[in-house]
Amino acid sequence: MKKLDFILNGEQVTLAADPLKRLLDVLREDFNLTGIKEGCGEGECGACLVLLDGNLVNSCLIPVGVVEGHDVVTPEGLVETERGKCIVEAFADAGAVQCGFCTPGMVMAAASLLETSCNPTQEEIRKAISGNLCRCTGYDLIVEGIKEAMKRGKEVW
Amino acid sequence: MVKSFRPHSLTEALSLRKENDCIPFAGGTDLMVKYKSWTGIPPAFPRDVLFLSHLEELRHIEKRREALVIGSGVSLSQVAKYPDTPEILREAVLSIAAPAIRNIATLAGNVCNASPAGDSICALYSLDARVEVRSLEAVREIPIMSFITGPGQTILKRDEIVSTIIVPLRKSNINVFKKVGTRKANALAKLSFAAMGEVKGGIVDGVAISFGAVGPTVVRSTELEKKIVGKPVAELEAQIPLLIDDYGAMIVPIDDQRSTAAYRKQVALNLLENFLRNKLDDFATHHE
Repeated sequence: MKKLDFILNGEQVTLAADPLKRLLDVLREDFNLTGIKEGCGEGECGACLVLLDGNLVNSCLIPVGVVEGHDVVTPEGLVETERGKCIVEAFADAGAVQCGFCTPGMVMAAASLLETSCNPTQEEIRKAISGNLCRCTGYDLIVEGIKEAMKRGKEVW
Repeated sequence: MVKSFRPHSLTEALSLRKENDCIPFAGGTDLMVKYKSWTGIPPAFPRDVLFLSHLEELRHIEKRREALVIGSGVSLSQVAKYPDTPEILREAVLSIAAPAIRNIATLAGNVCNASPAGDSICALYSLDARVEVRSLEAVREIPIMSFITGPGQTILKRDEIVSTIIVPLRKSNINVFKKVGTRKANALAKLSFAAMGEVKGGIVDGVAISFGAVGPTVVRSTELEKKIVGKPVAELEAQIPLLIDDYGAMIVPIDDQRSTAAYRKQVALNLLENFLRNKLDDFATHHE
């Protein structure tokens, strides 16, 4: 066990944990932030995506020791921001959500994309969610959701 | 229970590496999957873990004289974004996994994982990349073809850490990278192909051809390349069947869950034929 400090959704947090424990497990079990899901646990499905210093990463592939001193944003943190709200509403209106298991990861991937490119092409959108699996929608409605967020969010990005 | 170390400097990392039997951990995206345990339980690492990617000394990427020098803590995304990255390496890197993994995974990690299907490795073979490794006592620079010796096997010693990957920036006017996989993102390659060629005045001035996932290591033959260099592109046509036979003898893939030996070999040789027959000729005809 080691004492670890990092910033979680804008707040400084301290935790005693094995630094090798996955960030995914720490967030879900120690902080009860269950927005992210464990789909595959191997980086294939994108259901556990978070932002680490603003970069999209798979929390199942990161030991918590690595995030010491860094900034982590989960879906719970994102939806409190204007950008997060914009994406969530756009997803809902576009019908981009069916069972919902992949949705938090898709929202994180969309936020990461719009952060770097506020007017992405269809192809760029598909590449941005290429590491996210959805078994319900066939992806088209999710792409529509991201386009909708892009249109509505002109002022927030 | 295994321990983890988070050193403050490269020197401290090298001492820890020397004193402890520990696993160098940069991005860790392969290691976390390899040793994955149950939900809520840390991965079952067999030895202590040495975190490296936070070290400033390993996070540089820069053009130094005629080479690109990439620190072992540099992520694949940074390599892909860097303006002076050779096109063939950029394509290879962008064919790996998906954006979120590329944000953490490192080029040095892909090399040390030494998978015959490692996508960047195939391009790095064609680029004549070198691997710089350090211990407390010494620095060695090793051609990538000598660094990797088999599936998952390298000549990295127990007290050494890979510090940089050095990629010579040679002129090459024809660059082909092709990864054949089941899904565009996140799939491991059934096979990969990275070929570079330089044509001047209708004559092949240089060529480098590498195949991934068709043998225990990436396959490249500088001997066979000598048979191509110096030839007028127009005369190459007649040599193609012989070259395909020669390469065919070196390409010895296996059947596994991702593909079959027969498919891999056929596609590898088709890609080779297309490169020799069409790509070199197209350039000589249309760009010269």
